[in-house]
Amino acid sequence: MDVLLLSRLQFAFTTFVHFIFVPLTLGLSLLVAYMETKYLRTGEEVYKRMAKFWGKLFLINFALGVVSGIALEFQFGTNWSRYSAYVGDIFGSLLAIEATLAFFLESTFLAVWIFGWNRISPKLHNASIWLVALAANISAFWILMANGWMQNPVGYVLRGDRAELESFTALITNPFAWQQFLHTLSAAYVLSGFFVLGISAWHLARGNQVDFFKRSFRIAAPFTIFFALAIVVQGHLHGNEVAKTQPAKVAAMESHWETMTRAPLYLFVIPDPAKERNLVELLPIPGGLSLLAFNSLESEVRGLKDFPPEDRPPVSLTFFSFRGMVALGLLFPLLAAWVWLRRKDPLSSPAMLRLLPWVIPLPYIAIQLGWIVAEVGRQPWIVHGIMRTEDAFSPGVSVGQVGFSLFMFALIYTLLVAVDIYLLASHAKKGPGSTDNKGISHKDSVAVESKPSLA
Amino acid sequence: MLEIIWFVLWGVLWAVYFALDGYDLGLGTLMPALAKDERDRRIIYNAAGPFWDGNQVWLLTAGGVTFAAFPGAYAALFSGLYTALMLLLFALILRGVSFEFRRKVDSVSWRKVWDVCHVLGSFLPALLLGVAFANIFKGIPFNAQGINEGGLLDLLNPYGLAGGVLFVLMFSLHGALWLGVKAEGPIAQRAEAMAEKLWMAVVVMLVLFLLMTIFFTKLFANYLANPLLFVILLLPVIGLIQVRMALGKRAMLKAWANSAAAIVGVTLFGVIGLFPALLPSSLDVAYSLTIANSASSPLTLKIMLGVALVFVPLVIAYQAWVHVRFGHKITDADLDYEEAY
Repeated sequence: MDVLLLSRLQFAFTTFVHFIFVPLTLGLSLLVAYMETKYLRTGEEVYKRMAKFWGKLFLINFALGVVSGIALEFQFGTNWSRYSAYVGDIFGSLLAIEATLAFFLESTFLAVWIFGWNRISPKLHNASIWLVALAANISAFWILMANGWMQNPVGYVLRGDRAELESFTALITNPFAWQQFLHTLSAAYVLSGFFVLGISAWHLARGNQVDFFKRSFRIAAPFTIFFALAIVVQGHLHGNEVAKTQPAKVAAMESHWETMTRAPLYLFVIPDPAKERNLVELLPIPGGLSLLAFNSLESEVRGLKDFPPEDRPPVSLTFFSFRGMVALGLLFPLLAAWVWLRRKDPLSSPAMLRLLPWVIPLPYIAIQLGWIVAEVGRQPWIVHGIMRTEDAFSPGVSVGQVGFSLFMFALIYTLLVAVDIYLLASHAKKGPGSTDNKGISHKDSVAVESKPSLA
Repeated sequence: MLEIIWFVLWGVLWAVYFALDGYDLGLGTLMPALAKDERDRRIIYNAAGPFWDGNQVWLLTAGGVTFAAFPGAYAALFSGLYTALMLLLFALILRGVSFEFRRKVDSVSWRKVWDVCHVLGSFLPALLLGVAFANIFKGIPFNAQGINEGGLLDLLNPYGLAGGVLFVLMFSLHGALWLGVKAEGPIAQRAEAMAEKLWMAVVVMLVLFLLMTIFFTKLFANYLANPLLFVILLLPVIGLIQVRMALGKRAMLKAWANSAAAIVGVTLFGVIGLFPALLPSSLDVAYSLTIANSASSPLTLKIMLGVALVFVPLVIAYQAWVHVRFGHKITDADLDYEEAY
């Protein structure tokens, strides 16, 4: 074990944990804000209870999102000091802008929302959760412009011993970064949608708070199908962008060894990187890979053998992660369509209600697999084409130091993640009734049968 | 010129962080001394309730600005103080989740676990930040490559420890005063009595720290070259006198505001003494990380300055609004409020 490997493991582990909690904050904040707006518009108490119930899950999830985020900002300096000194001019400024524009807004107004139910006007209260949702999504924009720059560096010059900013406009119009931004947002919204659908289905299957969860279901259904479909189309465009700028990553994503035109897409592949070939290639679609990568059968797709071995990303991990992500990404629109068809009367399909709680983890897996493709597939580069990961770590830090911090992260994060998931599950199962004003839940469930849902 | 503006802003951002999160960290540190029962503890958590998370963002911003404006200094500082910063991080992680987790399960031992995390997670950051900044003032053994040749234990020298104790005391005073603002009844009286004791301790420790600064650091060189700069020391001096006077009249908000000014003053006193270095090297002045050798390009500094000039005043405005809007005394109704900590 050397400092480089330990630092990579630590960063991978801490980003992985951070990203368990981030995506839900992006989508659920929007849904909670919408529920509260609906409460203001209709005056129906059930929407207030919805905002509170889903808001509580949002908060439990948010707690770990925040603290695990600090760990990432620190680590660029602690573990990747040469990277920080080399690209701070560009990357550092994007992080600082993220904090100034987004984190303050998000943290401050989330507190206003939590503590303000009885203290500020309903409109201002609702505005604060919209600000939280806006800030969360603004923060996604800036951090993905930063990551997008590592994937496809633009708007810089190499001067002296570092990269310096040349065009800020190029930085924030980086097409690669925009595709990543849209891809991550859509994925986060799909995840949030299935989160609400899954918990609602769990309660509906048990006949708990039927009106409450039918309405929650009805709000999440269109949101989920829209983004589950959008991400398939957008994911293809994102793939085109990767093919254009990171040919070695695309070759690894498909375990594609020989450069050729009319490159086929094999539906079933087992890579054999040691022998620079695939052990198994079954069910080819002729020209499929050329078509997917460049939208033309005739286009040439470079194979891994075209790149010197030291410039190739790890093939198997990139390949299987990509396949897994795509398979799940194609499953989600089907599930979302089922949900959409039953949105008015979810109780009519007990099978769907039993299945949906089990779907909750799938978008989480898909999103982590996607990040493995993005980050492992970029290797051996930390900044694509400019700086290698092996040149980026902190030279003054010892194996003992990183070993200690990695051990502590493993210990603390494992405990906190377990506690957080336990709290999320127990509050989700408890449902909204127990914590809110008595009597209202009963009245609502009577009102339901007579009045059609508005969502 | 841009580098100088950013150097000042760098100091100001750290100072604001200390003045804001300082009272949260102080509240947590004092909890075992001031809380007699569960209700007291909840008052202490809720005194920080709507503020601590927004306050903590100043740390992210100060860190982010160090990264953005002085990447060389960010790289040297964060890798050079690796273990100390990791301990700070773990402490802040536990402090953060303790707010959210402790009331989610109704069990005495569960709450006890998070209370321990909360107290350690408040005390350790105060101590570590003080030790870190005193060592920055003193100079860290950075070599020509910007690598710290000292270890974790080298930070625990007399001056570093004095800085740690000073920060713990200043933050505790700051927290006690805020508790005086937010609480009523016996716990408020205990907070005020504690503040009076802490005030004396802060004054003694600050005088001692300034005396040690003469011997352990070169901070006073800038002041002797330009005596007008001594004006900055008026902030902590007048601030602390006002704290004592306001405390005598039980004007807690005024006392707290002056304590904030004192914390800002002490931080800026050190930062001004550092100029033009952000991180002086104790091995050789030539190895120091300064505004000349660690700053970002003029374009980046210009864009960042635009962002800072628009958004930092905005942030200060809405955070001030939150402090006013939620600065009321904590009542039983507040503690019964379902979303309260």
